[in-house]
Amino acid sequence: MPRPGFVLDVDKSTPPILFHHGEGFRLEKLPAGRSRVIYPGEPLDALDDVEAEIQDALLNPLEMDPLPSLLKPGMKLTIAFDDISLPLPPMKRPDIRQRVIEQVLDMAAAAGVDDVHLIAALALHRRMTESELREAVGDRVYDAFAPSGALYNHDAEDPDNLAFLGTTKHGEEVEINKRAAESDLLVYVNINIVSMDGGHKSTATGLASYRSIKHHHNVHTMQHSKSFMDRHNSELHHSNWRMGAVIKDAGVKVFQIETTINTDTFGQDGPMSVLAKREWEWTTRDRVSFIGMQQGLKRLSGSTRRKIFQNHRAPYGVTSVTAGAIEPVHDRTLQHCFDQHIVEVEGQTDILTMGLPYICPYNVNSVMNPILVMCLGLGYFFNMYRGKPLVREGGVLIMTHPTPWEFHPVHHPSYIDFFEQVLADSTDPKVIEEKWEKQFAEDEWYRHLYRTSYAYHGVHPFYMWYWGSHALQHLGRVIIVGGDDRAVKRLGFKSASTLQDALEMAEDVVGPDATITHYKNPPLVMADVK
Amino acid sequence: MKALRFERKAAKYAMAAVAGRLRAGSGASVGPLSLRDVDEPELPGDDWVRLQPRLAGICGSDLATIDGHSSRYFEPIVSFPFTPGHEVVGDLDDGSRAVLIPVLSCVTRGISPVCPACEAGRTNHCGRIAFGHLEPGLQSGYCESTGGGWSASMVAHSSQLLAVPEAMSDEAAVMVEPTACAVHAARRVGSYGALGTVAVIGTGTLGLLTIAALRHPTSGATVGQIVATGKYPHQKSLATSLGADRVVSPSELGRVVRSLTGAWVLGDGAGHGPATGSDGQLTDGVDLVIDCVGTEASLTQALQVVAPGGEVLVVGMPGHTSLDLTTLWHRETAIRGCYAYTRSDFEAALSVVTDADLGRLVSATYPLARYTEAIEHAASAGPRGAVKVAFDLRNSSRSSKDRS
Repeated sequence: MPRPGFVLDVDKSTPPILFHHGEGFRLEKLPAGRSRVIYPGEPLDALDDVEAEIQDALLNPLEMDPLPSLLKPGMKLTIAFDDISLPLPPMKRPDIRQRVIEQVLDMAAAAGVDDVHLIAALALHRRMTESELREAVGDRVYDAFAPSGALYNHDAEDPDNLAFLGTTKHGEEVEINKRAAESDLLVYVNINIVSMDGGHKSTATGLASYRSIKHHHNVHTMQHSKSFMDRHNSELHHSNWRMGAVIKDAGVKVFQIETTINTDTFGQDGPMSVLAKREWEWTTRDRVSFIGMQQGLKRLSGSTRRKIFQNHRAPYGVTSVTAGAIEPVHDRTLQHCFDQHIVEVEGQTDILTMGLPYICPYNVNSVMNPILVMCLGLGYFFNMYRGKPLVREGGVLIMTHPTPWEFHPVHHPSYIDFFEQVLADSTDPKVIEEKWEKQFAEDEWYRHLYRTSYAYHGVHPFYMWYWGSHALQHLGRVIIVGGDDRAVKRLGFKSASTLQDALEMAEDVVGPDATITHYKNPPLVMADVK
Repeated sequence: MKALRFERKAAKYAMAAVAGRLRAGSGASVGPLSLRDVDEPELPGDDWVRLQPRLAGICGSDLATIDGHSSRYFEPIVSFPFTPGHEVVGDLDDGSRAVLIPVLSCVTRGISPVCPACEAGRTNHCGRIAFGHLEPGLQSGYCESTGGGWSASMVAHSSQLLAVPEAMSDEAAVMVEPTACAVHAARRVGSYGALGTVAVIGTGTLGLLTIAALRHPTSGATVGQIVATGKYPHQKSLATSLGADRVVSPSELGRVVRSLTGAWVLGDGAGHGPATGSDGQLTDGVDLVIDCVGTEASLTQALQVVAPGGEVLVVGMPGHTSLDLTTLWHRETAIRGCYAYTRSDFEAALSVVTDADLGRLVSATYPLARYTEAIEHAASAGPRGAVKVAFDLRNSSRSSKDRS
């Protein structure tokens, strides 16, 4: 029986706490008597027979007919699947998408369906490379469909392959992949790593165009999503749900397959397994292993360290597979997510600390640039709450990360320009949105790189910044420990060389003897703040 | 009198070239420049007067000479030994102050009839700078006959003098000569009509003054947006205060111009294959780039960001430079030099200096005796937070014999 997550009150006997720090780690002693640590729950038990669970989900879907009965000869079938941004880190082969897609394809073949397309639903993310696609769908599927052009990346800027389906009552335009829209059946294969994922967002965002996505990927929406991890209190999701209704009314039939995974991120053995353990439970062997890992990493170049971490594949266990109509499927999926992630937390804190790891949704096989550091901390981690933010309004967020002034030139060209030009002008999301978004979004060069190279869309860095806009509005100060001074300053944050310095700097904002909460993630944890 | 003299000493020049490569400005301590007791230059003719420098600036071209980087092109148009210093405000014997207009044109050389360029008022294009009754020298400060500003006394032709308004400080007045260069460039820009975005590479003294001149009505330039490059915080803030709309790091210029003009990018910046990022040769760009640096790197960058059919105006003094001009040929771009000024430019420069308060750009002054420090400071002005460094000769004096 896995132990649930819990909140540890720090006292004098509490050992130093492990903080992620990019491609490295820090051990930090938190002040006793006023600090607490939110620990994730241990990985939930994985399904014993994933293949059987997939089959069962497809044959017994929620509020839809079994998949085989929906498959007819001569029909147009499209299978869309989540892209490289999920899960984090990528999972060990076989990927759950591959396992689901293979069964869907087997059923399609058995029904005589031969017009099948597979589309990576990447929205405005970068295109997946061949090896990334192979990792997601498996070699058998890739080799069967990619050579004939039936397996490809969604292109949100291809006017010939987008279909306008209508407008929501809020005036939101809905435009999605034409092939998906015109198919007799759209099967969406998802991985719900956190509660933000899935539901109508899969199709309404993953297969949409900029014209459509801009209606919910904006500052207003993000500042009114409290949080975007809590669907019922998320304007981001309200908008996607309205769009989902338009998609449905337009006659697009979606068979949604959602999956959840446990938090077995670092494995039960090997040098990284120590990262999932609670510090007071570290054995002598764990300590030696950790020290060895630390020392070894320090001797390596940054690029070698990055390569080692980026090559890590997580041995996640699959905890659920649910298929059928989007809404009932998603309700069940959310419950599985919450079962794994939720930890009840009593009240808010003055200072929230977090150690940022080496990876976020947008730097798989890439560089965690400063904008992504901001997005991971102020966007994703800050929003991992239900109820109220972990930190009080006007409080301080302290993050540890090296925050190098470094960008992947192929993946993030518009990020470089955003960092150099836009953030040099303003860090205010509203000002940035008003003054700069259109120029970047409509830049033909970025559009060309997005469509033909492996670049995120020109507007994508804006979305990263908007993702943190609720936190920016809420917080009194943001401090990055151990970051590149210049880069941190460009982000508009304060820089500190040690956690102790950061805590002293935080006192200027929240006063002395402030309460401190450390949000210990990864493995993933979500706070239910009472 | 005391004067800094630059002599023709090949071995020392070679040592300066080596030292200058190791540390900018260090050619002053090992090269052919030295502080000497010398006789005042003789008055070459009736229209010549004595000018006792009060402040004399250190210019980029002076530094190139001292550090052994100057082109051999200059050999026939300078005469040794010479006293450097062409950015000069000084006292005349009647007690008034004047700024030196250093170009040594036909009139100053006693050449009659004057050459066609001088006849047209384009004295900076004078074709007789190595002839006439003066020793060769494109300007005072490079001519043995005239002396230069880095001394207690020099001579100047009456046509080389511009009266300094009573209210103008010496610091402002010493900025008139480099500002006249900038006015000359800005007037050239003005002759092109209205321009959208202009890139200015470099925000050392010349870059800053060029920005000020572009924004001053006397230039006639109509520029929508000025994007400048600056390495150091003080350069960025000064450039902004003088009229630049955006000041970016040199490494960012290509990406900024690409963004502004909606250009695409060819190659990866190393000449390989199609671009994957945003560095490299732009497919479009700005119609005009003003290069106030003049190095191989700045010229290469200028050619990367200038639009097809556009122009690179070279205001900073270049030297012997290696450039791939294929882009110039293929994109029908032009590289145009922009040297010095006319008297009219000087007159306009007085207004620019006053209106833009350019005297504030004088960051430090030194006595002649500390010339090695002064030159090292000037050569590292950017990293040391400085702009213009000058010699202060207000407490210098000619010898009693000379005065009599």
